[in-house]
Amino acid sequence: MSKKPSKGGAPALDMTPMVDLAFLLVTFFMLTASFRMAEPVVVDPPSSIGKVDLPDNHVMVTIDDKGRAFFGISNPSAKMSALRLMAAKYKVAFTEEQIVKFSGLPSFGVDLKDLPAYIDTKEDARKNFKGPSGRGQTGVPLDTITPNNQLKDWISIGAGEAVKMYESARRDAADKGTEFKAKKPVYAIKCDASTKYIYVKDVIKTFTDLKLYQFNLITSLEGGGTIIEPER
Amino acid sequence: MAEIQEGGGGGHKGGKKRAKKQSTRIDMTPMVDLAFLLLTFFVLTATFSKPKSMELTFPAPPPIDKKQDEVKNGITFLLSKDDRIFYYEGELKTADDPVKGPKTVLTELNFSRESLRKYLLDKNKEMQDKILVLKTKFEKNQMADTTYKRLVREVKADQKSYTYLIKTDDKATFKNVIDVIDELNYNAVGKYVMVDILKTELDLVTAKVGI
Repeated sequence: MSKKPSKGGAPALDMTPMVDLAFLLVTFFMLTASFRMAEPVVVDPPSSIGKVDLPDNHVMVTIDDKGRAFFGISNPSAKMSALRLMAAKYKVAFTEEQIVKFSGLPSFGVDLKDLPAYIDTKEDARKNFKGPSGRGQTGVPLDTITPNNQLKDWISIGAGEAVKMYESARRDAADKGTEFKAKKPVYAIKCDASTKYIYVKDVIKTFTDLKLYQFNLITSLEGGGTIIEPER
Repeated sequence: MAEIQEGGGGGHKGGKKRAKKQSTRIDMTPMVDLAFLLLTFFVLTATFSKPKSMELTFPAPPPIDKKQDEVKNGITFLLSKDDRIFYYEGELKTADDPVKGPKTVLTELNFSRESLRKYLLDKNKEMQDKILVLKTKFEKNQMADTTYKRLVREVKADQKSYTYLIKTDDKATFKNVIDVIDELNYNAVGKYVMVDILKTELDLVTAKVGI
């Protein structure tokens, strides 16, 4: 029976450690957070026991449940040069500003002819985007029969650029004698669980036509239904 | 709330003289509120894990002039709509054959633990046991990890072990495909491959599920 706490008055609690902790966590989350633009489609991949992390350097094709294909490259500079080459190939004019803006976009799913208009559209208006050709986000055209297989060109040009950037970065690192940790770009396919396999097959056919046979199929962790996508 | 608290329970005895000795303790509640608000925001917006992925290699189309090697010990999974899955073993026989055996009949499975997983477990019992023996040895440090990996690969590549072929019709979903591959991975199956469905197989599936 030592001292009794003084009666009356609010029980004062020393909040300093709590504040310390809270700010520590805030700092941690702030530093680790990477803000991303919202993807044009919400795709809920199936779960699997696969534990391989998706490498940072990737060329990704997203297929939503309606079979629309969306294309994205993780490396912004590879994305810019890929767009330049695509623009030259399909004779679509892009301003320098649009090309820079494009590098910050996540994946996209429009015909190349509509892409300049799509880039200029404000972020929150992109969902209801309608291009000059009258079509909205119908996915990157990937007709495997007619020659209008833009996805194929995107993959071959985009992947070519991504690999080129990787090689030159590696050479630079070797010249300087610094350690080089980056990995070669991989081809990722992200699909909704309810996507009909026939759509996936078309995309895979596009890849195999380009003699690319190894993919990373994106899945969520077993048991954890969905990946938490920050919705903004 | 935000005012500066005056010294502890003591109160002020002396009046103005004591004003200089005011405690410097600040009410931290608003700061805590803010900190936790920010904390909540960052926690909720954080993407904790990078997406997981599953590596898969598709077969390169064989050279046109070369006939594709026949698959020995093949087990074919046929996926269709409404999460239905069928399989047959060995070669596809469209009719009774005196040499090769009776006509192929599809057997239905489902994606539950008792069905597909059990089937695969039964099929791979021998191989799994071998791998398990290797694994226990490895875990007891009786074997180097490179040796372990090599031996496991050898067991998997054993000619007697089955090759699994995964084929889908037009209506099967991506989830089904991933589930089958998952199940095969889970059972440490050596060889599996995604193949296009044949017309004859498609007919068999259509007969089962309807169009």
